[in-house]
Order: sequence, then C-alpha cells, then structure tokens
Amino acid sequence: MNEQLTLSIEHLRSSFFTLRGEVKAVNDVSLAVPKGKIVGIVGESGCGKSMTAKSIIGILKYPGRVVGGSIRLDGQELAGLSDRAMRQIRGRDISMIFQEPMTSLNPVVKVGKQVQEAVLLHRSITSAEARQEVLKIFRTVGISEPEKRYDSYPFQLSGGLRQRVMIAMAMICRPKLLIADEPTTALDVTIEAQILKLMKDLSRNTGMSIILITHNLGVIAELCDFVYVMYAGKIVEQADTITLFDHPLHPYMQGLMASVIRLDRDVERLQTIPGVVPNLLHLPAGCAFSNRCPYASDECRTQPPVLHDVGSGHLVRCFRGEDDK
Amino acid sequence: MFRNIAKRVLQTIPILLGVALLIFLMLRIIPGNVATTLMGEHVNQESVKRLTAELGLDQPVYVQFLKYIFGAARGDFGTSYYLNRSVKNLLTIAFPYTVKLALAAAMVAWTIGITAGIFAAVRKNGILDHLFMGFSLLGISMPVFMVAMILQYFLAFRLQALPLEGAVGFRSYIIPAIALGWNSAGSIARMTRSSLLETLQEDYIDTAAAKGRGRVGIITAHALRNALLPVVTMMALQISSLLSGAVITETIFSIPGIGRLAVQAISNRDIPLLQGTVLFTTVIVIAGNLLADCLYAVLDPRIREAK
Amino acid sequence: MDQLSSPSTETLTAEALAAELGEADTIGSKLHRLASENKLAVVSMAVIVFIALAAVFAPLLTPYGFAEQDLAVRLQNPSAAHWLGTDELGRDELTRLLYGARVSLLVGVVPTIVSMLLGAILGLIAGFCGGWTDTVIMRVADVMLAFPSLLLALVIMYILGRRHREHLSLHSPYIDWAGVARVVRSQTLSLRESQYVEAANSIGVKKLTIIFRHIFPNCVPSLIVLFTLNIPGAILSESSMSFLGIGVQPPGCSWGLMADTGRTYLTSHPMLSLAPSVAIMLVVLAFNFLGDGLRDVLDPYMNRR
Repeated sequence: MNEQLTLSIEHLRSSFFTLRGEVKAVNDVSLAVPKGKIVGIVGESGCGKSMTAKSIIGILKYPGRVVGGSIRLDGQELAGLSDRAMRQIRGRDISMIFQEPMTSLNPVVKVGKQVQEAVLLHRSITSAEARQEVLKIFRTVGISEPEKRYDSYPFQLSGGLRQRVMIAMAMICRPKLLIADEPTTALDVTIEAQILKLMKDLSRNTGMSIILITHNLGVIAELCDFVYVMYAGKIVEQADTITLFDHPLHPYMQGLMASVIRLDRDVERLQTIPGVVPNLLHLPAGCAFSNRCPYASDECRTQPPVLHDVGSGHLVRCFRGEDDK
Repeated sequence: MFRNIAKRVLQTIPILLGVALLIFLMLRIIPGNVATTLMGEHVNQESVKRLTAELGLDQPVYVQFLKYIFGAARGDFGTSYYLNRSVKNLLTIAFPYTVKLALAAAMVAWTIGITAGIFAAVRKNGILDHLFMGFSLLGISMPVFMVAMILQYFLAFRLQALPLEGAVGFRSYIIPAIALGWNSAGSIARMTRSSLLETLQEDYIDTAAAKGRGRVGIITAHALRNALLPVVTMMALQISSLLSGAVITETIFSIPGIGRLAVQAISNRDIPLLQGTVLFTTVIVIAGNLLADCLYAVLDPRIREAK
Repeated sequence: MDQLSSPSTETLTAEALAAELGEADTIGSKLHRLASENKLAVVSMAVIVFIALAAVFAPLLTPYGFAEQDLAVRLQNPSAAHWLGTDELGRDELTRLLYGARVSLLVGVVPTIVSMLLGAILGLIAGFCGGWTDTVIMRVADVMLAFPSLLLALVIMYILGRRHREHLSLHSPYIDWAGVARVVRSQTLSLRESQYVEAANSIGVKKLTIIFRHIFPNCVPSLIVLFTLNIPGAILSESSMSFLGIGVQPPGCSWGLMADTGRTYLTSHPMLSLAPSVAIMLVVLAFNFLGDGLRDVLDPYMNRR
C-alpha cells in the first residue's frame, strides 16, 4: 500500500498490573490507518479495543501502562513521549470521543465552555474568538441554535445532541485522527444513523482519519473501509470491509456474523457462540479462542497461531485459515 | 431560583416555631414551682404567689407561649432569673465571642481539611495520604476537651507560646479555634478525599484528559467542582456540631460566649436565659443550613435549573 | 456476547468479585468477607469486645473499689501497686478507668439502640405512607436536627434534675433518631418503587407484610452501619456532659468526669486527664473502623442517597 498513513501502530502492548497479576489487555497489536479512511476495530467487551484506543492517546490510568511497541502519527513516534509533549497532541492532533455522552461531559459546566476549553488549550486566541470557533463548529456538526446550546448544561440536552457536542469538542482543532469508542452504542437507532452520517461526512470533507471502535457489525458495514477484529487482546483477523463480510475466515468472526439477526432470513433459533471470554489473567497456552471454537484441534490448544496473509491484505490468526482458500 | 429560596425560608418558619415550642414545653414540665426554687423552701406562700404572678407563671401554658413568641418577634426574650438582666442583652454581649471562635474554628478546619483531603487523594496510598488520613482519624476520635487540654499543656504551659485561657486579643483564640476545629477538619478531610477519588473515576475526567488537560488542570477545572459538593453539605451539618463543641471550648478556655452562658443557665436553673440561648443557637443552625442550601444551588446547576 | 465485565476496570466491583467467586449475596457471607479481608475492622471488633469484657468483669480484675479513697497515696505516679497511678483522692486510676468503661459502653450502646429503633420505625412509616404522615414526621425530624446536640442534651439533663442524672441513657436519642429516620425514609422511598414491591402489591399482599418482609430487610445493612457509627457520637456526648459537670456525678465514675477532675492537675499530673481521654479515643476509633469496614462490605453506596 502506497497510501499515506496517518497512524501506524506496531506490536503495541499494554498491561494492567494488578494485585492478582499482569493483565495483558493489549497483546501485540499492529494496525495502520490510512489518511482520510475510516478503520474499524470490532470485538466484544473486554477484548482490548478500548485499551488500544486509550493507549494510542495516552490516557491509560494506573495500574494500566503501555509496555511496548511503536505508535507513529504521521511519522512522528508517540510512544515514549513525555506527558507534557503528549498533552499537546491530545485534543489537537488526535481526539477521542466516548460511549456515554451523558457521563462524558462535566455535569456542572456549560457545554459551550467545555468545548471552548478544547480550543483554548491548543491555540492562543482570546476567549471571545474561542467562543466564535465553538459556535462555528456547533453549526458544522449540525447543532441548531448554537448560541442557546452554548449556555446549556449537559442534562438539558438530548443524547444525540450531547454526542454532537462531544464530536464538536473533538473536531474543533481539526485533528488528523479521531478515535471514536462506541460512539453510538448509547443512542437510539435513528439518532445513531444521523451521528454515523455526520462522522462519515466530516471525514470525507476534512480528510480526517477515524478509528471506529464498536461491537456492532452493522455500524462497521455502514462506515468502515477496513476492519480489525480483536479477541482477548490480539488481532485475530483483518481485511477491508467487503472482503471481511464476504469471506470471514476466523471462526470467531464467522460466529459473530452468524449471530447477527437478519430480517431476510427465517431462522428458528438465534445463533450464539458458546462459552465465555477467557480470563485475561489465565490465558490458555494456545489460541485464546480454542475453548469456544467448533474447529479446535490439539494444535490450536497448545500452539499460539500467528497472523498470516491469505491475500490482498486479508490477515488471519488461525491454523485452519492456512488450509482454507 | 429566588422563588426556591423564598420557599425554603418559609419552610423554616414552622421549624423555628417547633423548636421554640419544644424548648418551652420541656422547660415547663419540671416538677416543682419555679418561684419556690428561686426563693428557697422556707418562704411564706404569699411571697411565692406574688413572685409567680410577677413572672407570669400562673397563666395557662399556651398564653405564656404566645406571649413569649410575640415578645421574641420584637426582640424581647425575657429577663434572666439569676442575673436580672434582659436575656437579649446577655445574648448580644456573648454572641460576638462565640462567632469569633466558631468562625475561626470553621476557617481553620475547612481550609486545612479540604487541602489535606485533596493532597491525600492525589497522592493516594503515598506517605502524604497515610499521614493526612492518620491525622484526620485522630481528629474524629479525640474528644474536644482532650485536644484542648493537650494543646493547653504543650503550647500554653510548656512552650508558653500562647495564653492559657481568656478571650483578649487574637492570640487567645488560636488554641480554642484549633481545639474546636480539630474534629471538623478530620471529617472534612476524609470526605474530601473519598469524594475526590470517586470523582476522578468519572468519564468526564477521561474526556478532559483526552482534550489535553494536565493533571492539575483536571483537578482544578473539573474534578473539584463536582467533588466538593458533598463536602459543602457536610460543612453545613457541621455548624451544629461546632456550636456544640463551642459549649465545651468556651468553658475550658473561659471565653464568655453563648455556650458558656448556656451552661451557666443550667447550673442556675435560669429558664429564660436557657430558652434564649438554645433558641438563639438553633436559629443560627437553621440559618446556616439555609445558606448552605443556597450555596449548593449556586454550585450545582442541576439543582438550580430543575423545577 | 458480553457477559463478564472485563478485568480492565480498575477495581473489580464487589458484586462482580462475589459473582466470580460464586459467593452468596447474604449478609452472613459479606460479614465473612469482612472478617477475612479487613484486618483493621477485625482488630477493632476485638478491642471493643476486650473493653466490654473488662468493663463487665471490672470487680474481678482489680483489688480496688472505684470510690475507694486513700489520701495517703494521692497523686502518685504509675507504680507496681497502682499501674496508672492514683488521682487526687488516692483512688486507683486504672480501676476508675475500668468502671468508667461501663458507663461509656452502656451510654454509648443503649441510647443508640433506642434511636435506631425509633428512627427506623418512623422512617419506614414516613417513606411508605407518604403524604401528611411523611411531612409531619420529617418536619419533626428537622426540628430535632436544628438543635446542637450538646445543648439539647444539657436541657434534658436539666429537666431530669439532680436525682435522675444516673439515667444518662436518656439523653441522646432525641436527635440521633432523626438522622436514622432520614436514611431509612429515603431507602423506603426508592424500595417502594421497586419491581418486586409492585409485584407483591399486585397480588394483594398486605401493606404491613410488604413493609416487614420486603422493605425492612433491605434497610438492615444501612442500619447496622449507622448503628456502629452512631455509637461513638453517643460516647463523646456523654463524656462531654460529664466533663461539664452535668453528667455522671461523683463518686460515680465516667471517663469524661475523670478528664474534668484531672484538669486541675493538668500541669503536674497530666496522666489523670490523659488516660481517660485516650480510652475514649480508642473506643471511638475502634467503632469508627468497624463501622467503616461494615459499610464497605454491606452498603458502600450509603453516602450517595
């Protein structure tokens, strides 16, 4: 791929050091985000996708810590930067929006001021100029009556509006990369559609790249150009969206696809993936998915599989994938 | 918002009346004739009757109560049996001492308490945390008189640095203020620490960090505004306990405030004075709570804007 | 698909932990957990039991009577005969400390039980019935809460008169119940709206049964915590009043009284005031630690209501 990469991550590892041992939340993750593209990370709760995001932007809280790997933003190495240097990048070059817009906004501060804070932290402009910037970005993200909304408190706004405020806050400094951690999970379906469209438009119009984290395959299909599937801290499959949905190779991804409820099929029983996510403190020796995999062999249980290329950028971490295709 | 305040003020009136009624009734159910107590056992009945009539004690209770209330509204709280001066006069003289003491104690307690709590939370599990929390434990467990006597012993006696007792000049308030505020400081420190720790777990702290805020900025601009809300509530509740503590502190340090006046009233069975002091302190507590409610509404827009 | 909350939360919640370990959710199991995890609470419990036993068996533990004067040995420093020295009337300090424990514990526990009961009942009624009953009860509670506790206690002692001052137990429930009632009331209010109460109501369960079988048991954890945390207040209150001379009278024995009489000799024999003060401090600390531990295990969200 000769595309310019906004973000390039190689062998990222982050762990939590708890009293019970080291939890390897992000266990050798490598991914690439091309300029202007939307990349999705999909997986269930606890697979490490949020931790990956927080590792990139550097807000992992004690006892979590980035342990190793390289994170390059437009060529600049971020891993190992001092907190002071990282603070300049946060909010300005990389922004992040979170899942729950209600609790992600300070309940006792006006939303306008909170967005204003984002721009005042990174540009030396006056308070009045900053306010104008806020009003402008409010309009861009589709917040009606910006002056009125500026003086509102979070509890006075609807869920969709709050998430637009979060997006405004993230966009106001024109970041190169936006990380969206389950941005629509807490919203109604109709609002979700609006927000997703907004994010897509912003990306196309400004050339901003997006990392979209979700467990919802529909959202992935709607928005993403390329998808990474994570399980138990590792990437188990990656491909461009169409290829992934047409030919999912990893049994986990196949299971996810099969469990999606579809209106165009008459199904007697809902499909599920049996078993539960393994405890990250006690990972099995072989493949982390082996205890739930319908095709698991002895090799799977004892040897950890590696990511290998099955053609045109489609990578799978599975022994079975070697024989298939 | 002003409607809210007015509503709350109106709500306190029945409470005030309730308080006055309660004190009144309590002091009237004592067996024995007040006049007899005052004059001694061996006085003839004529004199007793006359004194009773003079003091207005021969009238039905509700009449006495109404007279008292109307008098109080005009500022007349009766005359002290023992000291033979108007209660209002006595209260006016004693009041400034108590105010100075209580305010000093509150200032000391709250500023030290909040600061200690913040540092303890920020340096969680560090030496500072353990140190401050250790002190706050001492704060909430040591009785007021214990703190007072320890301070007296070391600062006034051993080091001769501060006066042992009395209320003359700024320096004589230092030990009493510390003694009185010690307990409050402990509670406030613990509450601030736990509240701040809890607040720092909230999602909007992540948002602030993602915006590029530094540690200090996060705490001052975001965390404290939320963490201090329950602390303000606690501060309001402490007005009552500060006044209770003032009773002891004034006694130990011979400060002629309202607390000491109350103790004197009890020793002398001086009903009007006792009534006056208790009513007065209760009014302060109620006013303080009202103030705290207003403060809370100022700080928390959710309370302010909600209808 | 997303069953377990991931270990990536900073602290596993108590419920998640219990679920993981397959524990039952009863009070008994929670207390068991407290005993195994919170050493401080266990030590505090031990201290309290120790002091209680010392108080009960005081006559057996010491050869002296608490009022036994011996002016020949007055104001002595700690020695083999008198482990903590003697006071101004030659009474053995340690003995008086032991007998004082009786007063403190009694006056700490009994009024608190009374105020707990009173507060719980009134709180339940107020929360469950609502309307005028609720308003009246809460207003009365507000009136009580407006009094600085010590002042009210002084007034009560005054009313009781000299002859009845031994009945110290009567002095403190008058305000404490209001705080208890408030907590119980707010819990009742929220529990009243819960689904299983709705369900019980819809199948015709009697109101009284609902209160006692469904609502009250859920208030018990908070009550246990409140009980443990209110006792120190009662103990401090009694000691303050005895200190002022309006509580236990000589020759009776109370830690507060000891601190007061020792005050005259503060500069020469600080031990006389220090010993009882430290005793008070230890007991208060013990109950506070125990209460904190109980709260962490039984009702961690108490402050949020």
